[in-house]
Amino acid sequence: MSEPRSDGLRSHIPELAILATLIAAPVVLPHLGFSIDLLTRVLNWGLIGLGFDILFGLAGLLSFGQAAFYGVGGFVTAYLLVSGVLSSVWLALAAGTISAGAFGLVVGWLAVRRIGIYFTMITLAFGQMAYFIENSPLSHYTGGENGIPGVPVPVLGFGEHAIRVSAGWPMYVLFAVIFFGGYVLARRIVRSPVGAILLAIKENTARVAMLGHNVPAYKLTAFVIAALYAGLAGGLLGSFQSYMPPDAFSLETSGQLVVQTIVGGANTLIGPLVGAAVWLWLRDNLQLIPGLTTLWKLVLGIAFIVLVIGLRRGICGEIIHWWTERRTLAARQAAEAVTEAIEASGSATKTGSSRTRDATLPLPSPVTGDSDIALEARALARHYGGLKAVDGVSFKVRCGSIHAVIGPNGAGKSTLFKMLLDEVSPTSGDVLLFGSQVTGHGVSRAAQFGIAKSNQLNQLFPNLSVRKNLRIAALARRRGPLRIDLLRTADSLPDVEAQIDAIMILLDLTARADTPTHILAYGEKRRLEIGMALATSPKVLLLDEPLAGMSPSERAATCALIRDIAQTCTIVIVEHDLDAIFGLAERITVLYEGRLLADGSADEIRGNQQVQDAYLGGLHAHEPA
Amino acid sequence: MPSWPALASQAFNGLALGSLLALVSSGLTIILGTLGVLNFAHGALFAVGAYAAFVMLQYTQSFLLAIAVGCGFMLVLGFLLERLIIRFFYGRPHEDQILVTYGIGIVLVECVRATFGGNAQRVPTPSWGQGATQLGFLIYPTYRLQLIAIIATLLVGLYLVLYRTSMGLVVRAGIENPGMVGILGINLRRTFLLVFAIGVVAVGLAGMLYAPVVAVTPDMGANFMAQSFVVIVLGGLGSFPGAVIGGLIAGEIVSLTSAFNSSYSEVMLYALMALLLVLRPQGLFGSEGRV
Repeated sequence: MSEPRSDGLRSHIPELAILATLIAAPVVLPHLGFSIDLLTRVLNWGLIGLGFDILFGLAGLLSFGQAAFYGVGGFVTAYLLVSGVLSSVWLALAAGTISAGAFGLVVGWLAVRRIGIYFTMITLAFGQMAYFIENSPLSHYTGGENGIPGVPVPVLGFGEHAIRVSAGWPMYVLFAVIFFGGYVLARRIVRSPVGAILLAIKENTARVAMLGHNVPAYKLTAFVIAALYAGLAGGLLGSFQSYMPPDAFSLETSGQLVVQTIVGGANTLIGPLVGAAVWLWLRDNLQLIPGLTTLWKLVLGIAFIVLVIGLRRGICGEIIHWWTERRTLAARQAAEAVTEAIEASGSATKTGSSRTRDATLPLPSPVTGDSDIALEARALARHYGGLKAVDGVSFKVRCGSIHAVIGPNGAGKSTLFKMLLDEVSPTSGDVLLFGSQVTGHGVSRAAQFGIAKSNQLNQLFPNLSVRKNLRIAALARRRGPLRIDLLRTADSLPDVEAQIDAIMILLDLTARADTPTHILAYGEKRRLEIGMALATSPKVLLLDEPLAGMSPSERAATCALIRDIAQTCTIVIVEHDLDAIFGLAERITVLYEGRLLADGSADEIRGNQQVQDAYLGGLHAHEPA
Repeated sequence: MPSWPALASQAFNGLALGSLLALVSSGLTIILGTLGVLNFAHGALFAVGAYAAFVMLQYTQSFLLAIAVGCGFMLVLGFLLERLIIRFFYGRPHEDQILVTYGIGIVLVECVRATFGGNAQRVPTPSWGQGATQLGFLIYPTYRLQLIAIIATLLVGLYLVLYRTSMGLVVRAGIENPGMVGILGINLRRTFLLVFAIGVVAVGLAGMLYAPVVAVTPDMGANFMAQSFVVIVLGGLGSFPGAVIGGLIAGEIVSLTSAFNSSYSEVMLYALMALLLVLRPQGLFGSEGRV
């Protein structure tokens, strides 16, 4: 994955290609069976699709209820015009779009609470609800099953010079202009920090939250964006066919949008447009063939199943994939060769581990209270039914120290760790960061307070490059839990980029900046896992078994890295490698069967008979660590 | 305020609709709970069931025989769908499962439309279900009462299969923790196949039994599917008791609301779902951890 960081003409090739296509389409495509009305209709579907692709393609949220927003936009616009409340089509379109967005805010607020299957079911159900509301209780306004006829076309200009945007060519031009504007905006959203975070949410939702982003709010943002696009398209539909049909609200409409997006290719923005062209062309042209009049949708359904089974990327997705694959093949093969070499030699670092590196980061840590105690656990307990995983553990972590938590398997270390950043909420007790309460705020607030954690099992964004992985983390510190900066590009914050560069130097991953993380060697992934936590500029860094599965030389390098980090940041570490722990930690807390067994300096713990009995089995007493 | 007989009659309608939704939703929920697949072809399979009854009735002239043959047909259809398509999707993301079953739904509905046309078909009420029955102060169509009884029997049967047989034990264990069941050395392949087929038969049966009450059209299943989604959100994911009780609640809400103001009957159902999502997002019978 190469990354064009210069904002030159090159990065606008997609926009230019769309513009050229929109100009050429009405000249070329009518020869292939696309009438001008059909093209206008395709653009209308493409416009809903732009929003839907941000929701589904980018953020991975499959909604089967987009018809609700299409319908709301359409009927609000049509009603305002036909009833005479508004005379300007433009104002009515704006009102319809905003209404759809407001409805999207309500539905989305309920829907984003649930994930996966539930999200899809809930959106579908609310789509049906909107259909029935249009059909019965509001039929006085909407015409129920008859819809609203007589929707006027837009007018450009005033008085004598006014131009009516009539059906045919003028309407196509209007739709093309609006689609192009919508596309440019959608592409900016995709390239914005919000877009980067939405893509990361699709890759690994839990990690995005753990880095400090407000995941539900970002999902809701995508949902409202999709609703706004759908609402605008709905409003335009009524004007285009001078009639607002009730089946805009139907489940069919939502389903058709989903199918078109898959056929055209999700996460490409133009996929839904291409899918709509295929769908509508098949419908119009197969109907002309005798014997096939009723079969067009069957053909489409079979094609759809085949696409889902075999060509999940869709038409545009496969083309784009083929193109980037070809362009980046050499880079990927080189990256894979590096990975193989690292894994064969068992060593990740070329530099010696004796050199101390400066771990000061460009992004400042959050401001906290001034206290000698960085982190304090007070009587933390977590019970699972009758099992007391952690049972009333208290300890204090001194500011600037490396503090280890050890204990045999099942001692409750991981559960304790998860409670320290409110990933798991404790049954009782609480956690204080520099004297202020952490418990009860949730994991993303804890991250914003300044507690970061690297996980026992890697939680990376596997298809994103190293740089993009770190960017998601750094953006959380720079932008806070939520900021809707849709128009800036994700890589345009200099301090964020400086942070990423600093972390990559610290991790020795600068050469791998553009490598997708799933290609990295195991040791590199482990270091990046730590780097992700570090990139949020934490006050306290929790490391859950950072050495697990590493070769001896990788362990030494990682221990050196941890010492470097400790210059600027308090560290709490859980680890089974006791030699490493006794070499690193100033203070050690020992857990045994969910309870605190001992708490003291490394020497005290080494000499503690109870600890040896419970855990070390007396082995280490005879050996120098 | 509607009269008491009208209200009672709507309560019975609610029971009939509710038991039907319970049957449809339990088919959906055991597939969802065991295989983890949300079957978007469920509505189409409902319609296929209704058309199966329509066709078989013309050949056999006996409603019971038609249903028996229809069930066999649904069973074979279920086996085929699982073997040919569904089983390749167990390891794929939920979105892909939803998409492929949605595609299957389109193909099934369009096959029905291509064969029988888009117009509504009538399935006559069976000879033993003609007329109305006197229930104290209320006269109620006999077939609908029988419908309630038949579906209640079927649900009890499904309950016995799920809770009293060793296969049911495997299915319920699979709902709780599919990975563990596999580790224990139980062959889930056959169980999955059977569960999918049972789910298909359940929804097909619902379609067959409901065919005499409504107009049979290719698209008749879509709204039932949407309602059964609401039932599952109400009852809790993968919960069989949740599906049955959620179905009855949903049926009564739709019917009783229409006794007061018919234009709000469907809307009320979705409003209740929204309310429950705020107050108890895991559903009435769902446990906290499963989402």
